[in-house]
Amino acid sequence: MSEELPKGSVSRRTLLASTASLTGVAATNTLVAPAAVASPAPAVDAATSGQVSLRINGDQHTLTVDNRTSLLDLLREQLGLTGTKKGCDAGACGACTVLVDGRRVNGCLTLARRLDGAEVTTVEGLADGDELHPLQQAFIDHDAFQCGFCTPGQIVSGTACIAEGHTGSAAEIREWMSGNICRCGAYTKIVTAVHQAAGRR
Amino acid sequence: MFPFTYTRPTSTPAALAAGASGGRYIAGGTTLVDLMRETVERPDSVVDIAGLPLGGVTATRGGGLRIGALVSMTDAARHRLVRTAYPVISQALELSASPQLRNMASIGGNILQRTRCTYFRDISAACNKREPGSGCAAREGWNRTHAILGTSQACVATHPSDLAVALTALDATVHLIGSAGTRQVAFGDFLLQPGATPHRENALRPGELITAVEIPAHPRPLSSGYLKVRDRQSYEFALTSAAVALHIDGGVIRTAKVAAGGVGTVPWRLRAVERQLVGRRPTPQLWARAAGHAADGARPLAHNRFKLGLLERTVERQLRVVGGTR
Ligand SMILES: Cc1cc2nc3c(=O)[nH]c(=O)nc-3n(C[C@H](O)[C@H](O)[C@H](O)COP(=O)(O)OP(=O)(O)OC[C@H]3O[C@@H](n4cnc5c(N)ncnc54)[C@H](O)[C@@H]3O)c2cc1C
Ligand code: FES
Ligand code: FES
Repeated sequence: MSEELPKGSVSRRTLLASTASLTGVAATNTLVAPAAVASPAPAVDAATSGQVSLRINGDQHTLTVDNRTSLLDLLREQLGLTGTKKGCDAGACGACTVLVDGRRVNGCLTLARRLDGAEVTTVEGLADGDELHPLQQAFIDHDAFQCGFCTPGQIVSGTACIAEGHTGSAAEIREWMSGNICRCGAYTKIVTAVHQAAGRR
Repeated sequence: MFPFTYTRPTSTPAALAAGASGGRYIAGGTTLVDLMRETVERPDSVVDIAGLPLGGVTATRGGGLRIGALVSMTDAARHRLVRTAYPVISQALELSASPQLRNMASIGGNILQRTRCTYFRDISAACNKREPGSGCAAREGWNRTHAILGTSQACVATHPSDLAVALTALDATVHLIGSAGTRQVAFGDFLLQPGATPHRENALRPGELITAVEIPAHPRPLSSGYLKVRDRQSYEFALTSAAVALHIDGGVIRTAKVAAGGVGTVPWRLRAVERQLVGRRPTPQLWARAAGHAADGARPLAHNRFKLGLLERTVERQLRVVGGTR
């Protein structure tokens, strides 16, 4: 596709950039190059933003966020925790799965403002130092991915699936992992990996 | 998404005051945040009700069950009282959405979730529900998943909740609180058919809160269950579904409660099916004959005629499963 666009048209980059500023995290380390921003990001409006204090992978954070900011965008855009992925941004794929107070949820449909006092665990928080989480190791052992985009969501979801005890059979694992779509179709190996990690518990 | 103010009241009166001045309640947020991002919903003010005391699952004195509006779908589905007394509710919930969404979503929000009609979700399409008077793109458009029962010239969108189908079958009531006090509405009167006003979806008055749903006592033993038929095995809305509850005593069906999902603009009570069942002995022939009335009155659109037969077979199979004669 040509990079040259007719005058006045919106390029994909500027569109992405202005969407990011609309989504309005008070971003410090946003991935969007400032030069691509069509107009300067609006200052965070006090009436439609506020503070949230939460723990993420054990670290305490106190942040000012636009009320529209999702937990997913907070993690990725404001905190640089890009392990958690954005697939659909609509609750329909599970790529954004994180644990809030130990329960798996969709980060894309969680407003960050609502998480005051919460304990969030992302895929970055699963390993113990250099020691992988058993389910991370199982994904490697069984080669339970192709492109890997869904994998962080699968692994976080899988840890919850195991903790909930929904690993009695392959059919049960499939049903209780159905909130995580894999476009590469690595399901068979994902089920095997969850099963293995559940057995090691 | 458009900017909005955010408050988190800690008492019900404070929440009602915020609601009365136009605030939009948020419980799990799995419908509201999604539709705000699509700019289908554009509240100026969002009122977080997660801190209100609207939880708990309790047995009522009359032998029924009360489920608080803020109980999550996960917790309601696995609650011992729900599982043992009303498996149809547990099953409807566990066949809904995904484990992640069920951890977030609440019982009150589930009932109030909005249609999944793609034209409703697409702000560039005509939709009388979203934009009264703009027309209905689904009538002449792609309407394979749309309703065959309770439709109007103005709207053919289905109500997507599975839980609501079970609550319809079980004659539940919705408990409400507003600035004028509390009241109860029968579930059958709570969700509204579209008629000429598809933007009016329920009996809530402005600023009212759902506090709980109550399922009345039913004669025991009661067998119940939910069957959901989908384009894929899981994490998908119903094409058709059936909630069935039967009280069989002395070899005769004494009470039959049957409702269908995926086919109506609201969860659809199948009274004609129930009439065929009550007073008769359960046999495979009876299930087939009764289920033959499941689609009575249905008016299919261009792409969803298949739902007529699918609905009959869904109901027949679930009658067989719940009624125990294979
Ligand atoms: C990908 C996907 C798949 C899904 N699949 C299914 C499925 O298969 N079956 C199914 O049944 N559902 C399904 N859902 C829908 C999901 O179950 C609902 O979004 C959820 O139950 C809504 O509950 P909530 O608490 O998140 O509601 P919210 O989003 O918080 O609120 C929804 C609406 O209810 C209002 N509200 C909430 N609580 C109250 C209250 N107590 N009093 C007054 N008003 C209130 C809000 O103002 C808002 O208008 C799916 C959703 C997604 C995103
Ligand atoms: S990005 Fe959240 S579910 Fe797809
Ligand atoms: S590995 Fe590619 S989407 Fe799952």
